Amino acid sequence: MKLLKCPVNGVRAIQEFSFGGAVREMPEGSGCSDEQWADYVFNRAGEPGVQREWWYHMASGTWFIAERETVSDQVIRTYLWNGDDAS
Amino acid sequence: MPFGLIKFGLSKKYSEPRMFRKVEQPRDAYDVVIIGGGGHGLAAAYYLANECGITNVAVIEKGYLGGGGTGRNTAIVRSNYLTEDGARFYQKSVELFQDLSRTLDFNMFYSQRGHFTMAHSPASLRTQRWRAEVNKHLGIDSEVVGRDFIKKMVPEIDLDCGGHQPPIHGALFHPPGAIARHDAVAWAYARGADRKGVDIFQQTAVTDIEIEGGVNMSGNVGGRVVGVHTDKGFIKAGKVLSAVAGWTPQIQRMVGLRTPLTIHPLQAMVTEPLKPWLNTIVVSASLHTYVSQSSRGELVTGGSLDPYELTSTRSTLEFAEGLSGHLMDLFPFLGDIKVMRQWAGLCDMTPDFSPIMGVTPIKGFYIDAGWGTWGFKATPVSGYAMAHTIANDADHELIKAFNLSRFGKFRLVGEKGAASVGH
Ligand SMILES: Cc1cc2nc3c(=O)[nH]c(=O)nc-3n(C[C@H](O)[C@H](O)[C@H](O)COP(=O)(O)OP(=O)(O)OC[C@H]3O[C@@H](n4cnc5c(N)ncnc54)[C@H](O)[C@@H]3O)c2cc1C
Repeated sequence: MKLLKCPVNGVRAIQEFSFGGAVREMPEGSGCSDEQWADYVFNRAGEPGVQREWWYHMASGTWFIAERETVSDQVIRTYLWNGDDAS
Repeated sequence: MPFGLIKFGLSKKYSEPRMFRKVEQPRDAYDVVIIGGGGHGLAAAYYLANECGITNVAVIEKGYLGGGGTGRNTAIVRSNYLTEDGARFYQKSVELFQDLSRTLDFNMFYSQRGHFTMAHSPASLRTQRWRAEVNKHLGIDSEVVGRDFIKKMVPEIDLDCGGHQPPIHGALFHPPGAIARHDAVAWAYARGADRKGVDIFQQTAVTDIEIEGGVNMSGNVGGRVVGVHTDKGFIKAGKVLSAVAGWTPQIQRMVGLRTPLTIHPLQAMVTEPLKPWLNTIVVSASLHTYVSQSSRGELVTGGSLDPYELTSTRSTLEFAEGLSGHLMDLFPFLGDIKVMRQWAGLCDMTPDFSPIMGVTPIKGFYIDAGWGTWGFKATPVSGYAMAHTIANDADHELIKAFNLSRFGKFRLVGEKGAASVGH
């Protein structure tokens, strides 16, 4: 992967982006146990495959989601948190 | 020599003595099955057989011995870590390394060089001071040194980085810092284990792990290990060690464990051989660069982790370019030197830059992982500690702080300041 498509700014060089880790569901803070919270804070899937993950376009301050295959490094699609592909 | 080589090439028989037996088919059952024939798995097999009296052991390796991180790392051995748990653990490894050629009767090319971690800012110098104090408290040879000392030891360095980077203010100096021949470490442990009767299988993958009892009613992982499925059939074993570093997420899925591991590539490269000029190991955390000179004269150099998750050993031009630029900030005369080879290995990263070792909620299933970019130096101590952990079914004293359960208790062992660029 050398290029990544920001949903707002279009295709840019990978150097303009910063990786934000897998998209994960945060448990409800008040209702969850310490174990559930620790699991959310620390544990990750880690296995190769298609991952939904956060990326940040540094120049414009845009956070968005990419679906990427973590063995071939191919990006399947990118979109904003609400599913929009604005570009 | 060329004639001998031709004769060797044409002969049907392999004239050199084999390092270890080639066992075709695994037995039906072993006392211990070790997944992964990297340095860690082989060292654990060696200490199980030689120190714990457990010789009915199989090592299962899906590729070839040392083909993972063990054969891809830049072979830096040191113990100047930041936490007491970490420094004590790695110090034991350095001590084992210093005697290893003799212990295993195999030349490891263990070469004590002295290890510099350059600080390009007062803040960085403060971290180095902190490390030095923790180290000295534990009897580890480690000291903060000034520019004059660095210049005396590494006369070729440009302390001001040509004005392109912040100048070097001082450094952490660790005289026992060393490099070793990584392949030899894997082979020598394999030979030592084999001689005691350990069976080693290459080109054999573990495809699943059989658990009895499994997940209990409240959804907690538990049960006990009964054996492993391989592409050569089922092997019964009451004790199984996973020592697969960058492949741990695939193994942990087989037993239902969750861990914080994520996989990133780490790249490195070597230059063409030069006459010996660099005696020490030089690390610059701010420039994401480190370099040493191998006994063949090549400069072995690398940097920090690739910036995003990837289970692939591809290497990139960006890395080679960026690293070369920073290397020239430190040693401008290297501009004409050619890069010969570039490669990458998989690193199983933990959030606190410490390993995950010891017993797990599954009886008979032991884990040795989270070796990230720092696991080569730990090969002897982790093999030693895991062997005793397996033999006694309880975490060895040296690794108690590294148990997987530390994350559930929010008891991390933070080594980022000592392990993120210097490997
Ligand atoms: C470029 C680079 C530089 C590094 N530099 C340093 C350094 O200077 N100092 C340092 O201390 N550390 C360094 N490291 C880290 C170090 O290389 C690793 O932490 C260490 O080698 C891990 O050893 P291991 O035996 O645990 O795993 P590995 O050597 O990776 O062995 C794991 C083995 O398990 C096998 N396997 C996986 N899945 C299966 C399966 N299902 N069935 C059977 N077998 C399986 C794999 O084929 C592999 O051979 C570096 C790493 C890299 C990539």
